[in-house]
Amino acid sequence: MKRKFLTAPYLLWMLIFTIIPLVLVVYFSMFETGPDGVRFTTEYLERVFEPIYLKVIGRSIGLALISTLFCLLLGYPMAMILASKELKMRDFLIVLFVLPMWMNFLARTYAWMTLLENNGIINQILAALSLPALNILYTDKAVVLGMVYNFLPFMVLPIYSVLRKIDRSLIEAAEDLGATPARTFFKVIFPLSLSGVASGIIMVFMPAVTTFVISRLLGGGQYMLIGNLIEQQFLTTGDWGFGSSLALILMVFLLLTMGIMAKTDKDQEGGGLW
Amino acid sequence: MKSFLMKSYTFLIFFFLYAPILILMIFSFNDSKSRGNWDGFTVKWYIELFQDGQIASALYYTLVVAIIASLIATVLGTLAAIGINNMHGLPKMMTLNVTYLPMLSPDIVMGISLMLLFIFVKINLGFITMLLAHITFNLPFVIFSVLPKLRQLNNDTYDAALDLGATPFEAYKKVILPQISPGIVTGFLLAFTMSIDDFVVSFFTTGSGVSNLAITIYSMARRGINPKINALLTLMFIFIMAILVFVNYRMAKEKQSEKREKY
Repeated sequence: MKRKFLTAPYLLWMLIFTIIPLVLVVYFSMFETGPDGVRFTTEYLERVFEPIYLKVIGRSIGLALISTLFCLLLGYPMAMILASKELKMRDFLIVLFVLPMWMNFLARTYAWMTLLENNGIINQILAALSLPALNILYTDKAVVLGMVYNFLPFMVLPIYSVLRKIDRSLIEAAEDLGATPARTFFKVIFPLSLSGVASGIIMVFMPAVTTFVISRLLGGGQYMLIGNLIEQQFLTTGDWGFGSSLALILMVFLLLTMGIMAKTDKDQEGGGLW
Repeated sequence: MKSFLMKSYTFLIFFFLYAPILILMIFSFNDSKSRGNWDGFTVKWYIELFQDGQIASALYYTLVVAIIASLIATVLGTLAAIGINNMHGLPKMMTLNVTYLPMLSPDIVMGISLMLLFIFVKINLGFITMLLAHITFNLPFVIFSVLPKLRQLNNDTYDAALDLGATPFEAYKKVILPQISPGIVTGFLLAFTMSIDDFVVSFFTTGSGVSNLAITIYSMARRGINPKINALLTLMFIFIMAILVFVNYRMAKEKQSEKREKY
């Protein structure tokens, strides 16, 4: 039975709409069309490494790292609770955890805009308690908050699915051999959950470092992350060469990150969403 | 003590996750433009929403793009999944990797790379380009919904149909298709939801005059806070939830019937 030909239209589609576009990103970042035809140039790629742009890239990576760290610190205990054996209503709590991910991320970001504004509900409550107002909207604190809020479930779920698979007898063995709960955690549970932690980090860090919506809505118009810079090149300045260079460097950086993380996730057990 | 700590922590995390969404929804009924105060119940934002021509047009494009894109993706994706299921070794691995590509590459990269393609071949950005982009990111969802169903299939039933004189096409229609149809429907609904919810890819692949709900919300939110956005987001959330409850209900029912078949 030869039914492989059924894949042909799909592969043609993916060639035109996925592979060629990615090739075009590489092409536009390295070639320019002048009056005397197409010529190779490194001008666009070099511009990415100019100090002002390096600062933007550094800030994007910095904020994404901080958000990933917060997600890990908040999410790991949550994943442990969800995976703990005595938990009742586990399925229900998992559904509750997945649900916000299906709410449009614009909605989740916009919700914080209304909460954080100067006379928003948080400041109303603080004023009622005669506490000083919180003015973090349009600062990097609001951006980090927005990222943690949007991406926390992406950290919890992969860790949870790995923790669930840990053989209970290993933990019991450690306890029987006299390990304290802390020692059991650091020597047994945490090392066994590293593959989940690695997928969680990828799944939070990737969208956080590429976002332009969270930084635009919660960081205000002046606040530039690499995503905003790319958006600007394509939609405002029309500088596709530079925009493509930024996207190319972003992709290379992400592939490297994923490559390093995939090494940690040797068994490909990281679960993911599906 | 330990269980008290666990409960409090769980409560705090869920409060953090849900309070903003709930407040957003509650304040879509607030009779005041300043969000901090509750000035009484109203549905006027919903009424304004339905009278807003820009939002009506965005809703129209959102639904039309979602329906057409998910239908085309379902047909192409199902055929592809059948093909992939019959592939082996390197070609299979390569095809699966190509399928992972749109799921792995960041939305913004997918958006700008498609934009470059459309500009390069000189198609005007607008309805068609947005549709093509949506089909592209929907395809993997269909394929990964249908593939597991194909793996569960018993190949003998297809051969039996051929032995009994069915043409390959008839055998497909009467034997294979009914068995994988739950996966196809799930894939279609997932693709439809993804399409309705998409912002980033649409943002880069559409042109003047054509925008979907997410783009409209973004451009409104950029100008500041507006209770109409709360109303619109509330309705979108309810709509997406309804689809997901339906998908989950179907999946749960399938699991049950699978169990029954096993024993």
